[in-house]
Amino acid sequence: MIWLGIETSNSPLSIAIVKDGQIVEEIVQNEKLTHSVTVMPTIEELFRKANLNPADLDAIAVSEGPGSYTGLRIGVTIAKTLAWTLKKPLVGVSSLQVLAANGQGFAGVICSLFDARRQNVYAAAYDGETMQPVIQDHHNSIGGLLEQLQLLNTPVLFIGLDAVNFKEVITAQLGNQAIFASTSLALPRGSKLIELAQKQSLPSVEEVHNFVPKYHRITEAEANWIKDQKKGQ
Amino acid sequence: MNDQYILAIETSCDETAAAIILNGREIISNVVASQIESQKRFGGVVPEVASRHHVEQITMIIEETLEKANMQPSELTAVAVTEGPGLVGALLIGINAAKAFAFAHSLPLIPVHHIAGHIYANELVEPMQFPLLALVVSGGHTELVFMKEHGSFEVIGETRDDAAGEAYDKVARVLNMPYPGGPHIDRLAHEAEEGVEFPRAWLEENSYDFSFSGLKSAVINYKHNMDQRGEEIDPQKVAKGFQDSVVEVLTTKTLRAARQYQVKQVIAAGGVSANKGLRTSLEQAFEEAKISFVVPPLKLCTDNAAMIGAAAAHMYNAGVRGNLAMNGLPGKELKSWI
Ligand SMILES: [Zn+2]
Repeated sequence: MIWLGIETSNSPLSIAIVKDGQIVEEIVQNEKLTHSVTVMPTIEELFRKANLNPADLDAIAVSEGPGSYTGLRIGVTIAKTLAWTLKKPLVGVSSLQVLAANGQGFAGVICSLFDARRQNVYAAAYDGETMQPVIQDHHNSIGGLLEQLQLLNTPVLFIGLDAVNFKEVITAQLGNQAIFASTSLALPRGSKLIELAQKQSLPSVEEVHNFVPKYHRITEAEANWIKDQKKGQ
Repeated sequence: MNDQYILAIETSCDETAAAIILNGREIISNVVASQIESQKRFGGVVPEVASRHHVEQITMIIEETLEKANMQPSELTAVAVTEGPGLVGALLIGINAAKAFAFAHSLPLIPVHHIAGHIYANELVEPMQFPLLALVVSGGHTELVFMKEHGSFEVIGETRDDAAGEAYDKVARVLNMPYPGGPHIDRLAHEAEEGVEFPRAWLEENSYDFSFSGLKSAVINYKHNMDQRGEEIDPQKVAKGFQDSVVEVLTTKTLRAARQYQVKQVIAAGGVSANKGLRTSLEQAFEEAKISFVVPPLKLCTDNAAMIGAAAAHMYNAGVRGNLAMNGLPGKELKSWI
């Protein structure tokens, strides 16, 4: 079974090819380059190094969100197009879970988060042993997230490049309960994405058309439109 | 020579489109999914909403295009895609889908300029005659392009502010007409005998550039003054006055350029060339001037992928190729490929 994993949910990029549970090729980078320019050449390069053809693929995994809207759409568009035209199943995995999986084995909960600006975050928390969600993926204020974590009354491992942006407020609120993962765990990995995807049942290839990113937020224009509709009633 | 089949993809604004074109002249299939119903809610195109819709639609539209043509990817010669100009987030969906598809089937990529596409829509109707002048008018563009031969472009005039289509949408809003405003203004204008007198923006004497923001402001001021006097405006007369100004400037400048550059053919392209008032005026002017004038049918005037495939066919033959590192170029300039 040959898997391709595509992770472009935020500025880092990771692509992996996993064959029968073994990593064949993996690239993890944090160069703040445009995904539109780098993703396809990177995929091509990994296929060439692995001496594989696109048709050799059995399944594709993609980080489905939350994250940067444009980053998500580039990854999902590429994954979706490859899966559809090669007639392979496409599995989506939460980008927060992919990142949290870097800390698997931690005795407590793992909180992965992305900065959503204006003191807001996309965040989730997972049981460090089982990787089951304790707090589902959602959009929240950093304060709101920390309140939920405090109630868990267990050590929390914060993971991800953006965790440092909130270090002060996290420490102020959680004190010793908060632990910060080392920077070597801060980048999402395509191989982790595939590992998590393999735990799901494979969807049928027909479902590929309906695959969309999970933004976890509607657009501002739609939010305003809904507000106006309600006012009009 | 083997037959050349190009799969073309266009997502530069709010239309998700794909087409298959045979030898640059014949439409084998042409599929367009419009977002108008969704974007109407906002009175214009919201870029983030457009990008989201493109991701929802893209694989379905390409599949439908292949199915309607009854073709397999292995029968294709190349994949063409709009590289720009347009909304960057929207462009990126078509470009990344094109790149993934081309990679999956080892096909060459062709990056196409959206305006070149609009002009080449005419090749799907009849062969272009050179030298040629194209007037490209749409929601995003108002340009006069001179072409000496295939693949040679010289932009001799462009808008300095609003595109003609943009001005139509804004004036439609003043008249409480829904988005997109063009067809409503066109209809109203035909219902009036006489229009309100609005200015014409001729700019410098020899300029082929356009400007529509002054005209738009004149309409807004007119409505404002009438409101203050407690008088009702006559939407038909306002529409006619506005349209007459736009049409006269477009027709006069296009005719003058056609004469100066001694062209054999004049082409009107882009969504606004579907406007009846403009079409009639241009037809009349060029009939009198004895210069061949063509406008593609409506469904090839508005954004579509068939036109991208038609331009790409010539680019392919000229050896133009893209690669997997192609990016969306929202401000891409129209450059010659020969
Ligand atoms: Zn257009």
